[in-house]
Amino acid sequence: MRFVKPFLLVIFIIIASVAGAKANDVTVAESTQKKPFNPKGLIFHHISDAYEWHITTIGETEISIPLLVIVYSQNSGFHLFPSSEFHHGTQSYDGFMIAHEGENKGKVVETLADGSVKRPIDISITKNVISLFISIILLLYIFLSISKRYSKNFARAPKGIQSWMEPLIIFIRDDVAKSAIGEKYAKYLPYLLTIFFFIFLNNLLGLVPVFPGGANLTGNIAITMVLALFTFTITTFSGSKDYWMHMINMPGVPWWLKFPIPLMPVLEIMGVFIKPLVLMIRLFANITAGHIVALGFYCLIFIFGQKNIFAGYGVSVVSILFTIFMALIELLVAFIQAYVFTLLSALYFGMALETHSEHK
Amino acid sequence: MELVMPEFGLLFWMLVSFSLLLFILKKFAWKPILKALSDRENSIDEALKSAQEAKNEMLKLQADNQQILMQAMRERDKIMKEASELKEAIVSEAKNKAIAEAEKVMEGARAAIEREKVAAIDEMKNAIAIFSIDIAEKILREKLTDDKQQKELVKKYVDQINVN
Repeated sequence: MRFVKPFLLVIFIIIASVAGAKANDVTVAESTQKKPFNPKGLIFHHISDAYEWHITTIGETEISIPLLVIVYSQNSGFHLFPSSEFHHGTQSYDGFMIAHEGENKGKVVETLADGSVKRPIDISITKNVISLFISIILLLYIFLSISKRYSKNFARAPKGIQSWMEPLIIFIRDDVAKSAIGEKYAKYLPYLLTIFFFIFLNNLLGLVPVFPGGANLTGNIAITMVLALFTFTITTFSGSKDYWMHMINMPGVPWWLKFPIPLMPVLEIMGVFIKPLVLMIRLFANITAGHIVALGFYCLIFIFGQKNIFAGYGVSVVSILFTIFMALIELLVAFIQAYVFTLLSALYFGMALETHSEHK
Repeated sequence: MELVMPEFGLLFWMLVSFSLLLFILKKFAWKPILKALSDRENSIDEALKSAQEAKNEMLKLQADNQQILMQAMRERDKIMKEASELKEAIVSEAKNKAIAEAEKVMEGARAAIEREKVAAIDEMKNAIAIFSIDIAEKILREKLTDDKQQKELVKKYVDQINVN
């Protein structure tokens, strides 16, 4: 019963936006002749960000939720308008349009007076941003409601969604934070729990093919970059004296590796930056690759279907089986990647906190 | 290339909203949840510990009870034994005393009977003497004249009568 209300809300939003989109976009894509199927375009369209939330295309009518474009241009100031003004990228609005080629392909660009195009500072509420907001609202809803239950009476057995979250919270606390960081784990636990549930929820939402899910959020490098940046900042600020001393002068290493060419210190200092960089790329690449593979299987249906409609139907059976298999693996990956990101962050914090006496 | 180039807009929104999320969850969710979890663990731990203690206490109590029972039984046996010994002692003493008393009474009775007998014999002797004298006197009064001679004779005869 508790989940009925948010669900109704989501459904209402979908209906309202679809209706709005339809009312706004009476113009139909003009090209009537059949374009050849372009799997690369389709896949990249699905894993990239967009200014509108594309639901489906029925016949020639595109059904999508228009989102908000917020841009700051140096010569015309702030602009805020719904992305439906672009009519799915076919028209320009107020000097702005979505570029179709070049280095800014798919992004909002401004056509200047002299005819050249320039990218404005773009903080639009894109598909990924909306997805981010949805996931954050979900996280807040879940954890604030269960925290209320915990504060009412801690001694009661967990109930409902609480009993799903409690094992995960205890798992992160005992098997990640406590084992990787040691006794000072309590300070880092809130951050670790937050990134774990943020990544896990967004990985799962990414697997849902329809509206509230479907955005490739954790497979977007900007998102993983911010997460890695947080881990990097926390690691750097909690570094003990020994941590920095070891970086400059690693004990137990032959002197000629440090002098005259400071090979070890250089490697160590590079490591400080490589660690979060790897975190960033690992999550991004895993999630994006999963999406690409699943979409690739689906594309096979249409590639074969173009040659022969029956071949398409035949392949669809295999493709669906493979995609189900992939989806199950992705479900596992969703958890594993969230776990790995959290565990490695915890390990880096633990390394930064290590003091000399613990080495002996 | 677009895929690996972080977009400024998304970076911006992520930075802002993730910081907010972290702050709110830390303050209003993780703190109470983690506190409740550790409180619950502590209370379970303590409950288990006290249950174990209670169990040990009970075992100890049971052992004590057993010991007390055994001791009580031993005590009872000892008391019973003592009582029966005492009873026997009392009974035998009473018997001995009764026998002694009876003996004493018999002795007294025997002495008294002896005394009475001697007295009775003496009295009888005197009485016989008197009777004899009287009889003899009556006889002699008719036959004898010399009183003195006759008295001596009677005396002589009476003395010859042995009591036994």
